[in-house]
Amino acid sequence: MSHPTPSLSHFKRSDYQHIYEPAEDTFLFLDALEKEQGFLTDLNPTVCLEIGSGSGCVSTFLATLIGGSGTLFLTTDINPRANAATLSTAHHNHIPLDALRCDLLPSLRHTIDILLFNPPYVVTPSSEVGTHSIVASWAGGIDGREVIDRVLPLVDGALSKRSVFYMVVVNENRPEEIAERMRMCGFGMEVVLGRRAGNEGLKILKFARQA
Amino acid sequence: MLQCHAKSCPQGQSYPLAIRNAELEQLDAEFNADFVTRLMPKLDWAVLRKTAFELGVAELPAEIPTEPTQADLQLIHKVALETRIKEADMVCNGCGHVYPIKDGVPNMLLQDHEI
Ligand SMILES: C[S@@+](CC[C@H](N)C(=O)[O-])C[C@H]1O[C@@H](n2cnc3c(N)ncnc32)[C@H](O)[C@@H]1O
Ligand SMILES: [Zn+2]
Repeated sequence: MSHPTPSLSHFKRSDYQHIYEPAEDTFLFLDALEKEQGFLTDLNPTVCLEIGSGSGCVSTFLATLIGGSGTLFLTTDINPRANAATLSTAHHNHIPLDALRCDLLPSLRHTIDILLFNPPYVVTPSSEVGTHSIVASWAGGIDGREVIDRVLPLVDGALSKRSVFYMVVVNENRPEEIAERMRMCGFGMEVVLGRRAGNEGLKILKFARQA
Repeated sequence: MLQCHAKSCPQGQSYPLAIRNAELEQLDAEFNADFVTRLMPKLDWAVLRKTAFELGVAELPAEIPTEPTQADLQLIHKVALETRIKEADMVCNGCGHVYPIKDGVPNMLLQDHEI
């Protein structure tokens, strides 16, 4: 892919002990957004929100991809170091962006035009879910779905009329079951990209309101 | 746009949060009239107006302009896109809970016993 990845040269190796270091899942997400560039530009989004922004790599990339001056970029993370890291990455790449420390997303009624989430999707014991540390980057609990399943019911209320939601999953998360849940809330699902990375079968899912 | 979500918060009083002890930062953002026009209906005008007034940033018209002039748009641009709250306490009028803003990041998390 051709669009440049945001510069992350402001981070030190040791920063990645506390925030999620962009990895195969992150890069597949960037590739998927680049593939969707035409669609996303046509959407002419006003508000974009990323849940769990970590290093800030994904939102910063999207801002450089579709232009940073016509869209409000909001990010959340439960890990305070991720909020700070996201702001520094945006700043370092000359992108205006806001960061909010909260659980999942704030209550914005039908406001978000693009919603992004690379969730903690790894299957782990439930007891590992719910921390505010680096563990929150991957710990997904049963089927890796415990955090994902709290987001799904919020999507309909948060998204605007003309909007889209992208999410990273692995096969263990049972994407067909996620599709079924979202269909019940009036959303269609499509797989934008898939890739095998080590033992992870990664997919980028795209959800949009059904006509 | 943020509201209190403490369990003990009285219904209907969790919004808007009052802003106290604010330290503001002026940003330089590219003015984009089309963007500001699209953003306007997504803002809570009354809250934006009250906050901008209390923080001494600007005096916005009482009603949201239906046919905004270039000057209106520029003022909204300044208030909504070029003013960042660096440090502040956001206080809930309903239950008194304080959500701090530190280094430009509002913290909406509650302690475990408040959830
Ligand atoms: C897999 S990492 C993705 C980071 C970054 N977006 C990327 O793609 O490289 C998941 C992120 O979600 C955050 N997170 C986990 N649970 C969360 C929650 N309940 N609310 C907000 N953020 C959360 C983690 O702190 C972490 O930064
Ligand atoms: Zn309250």
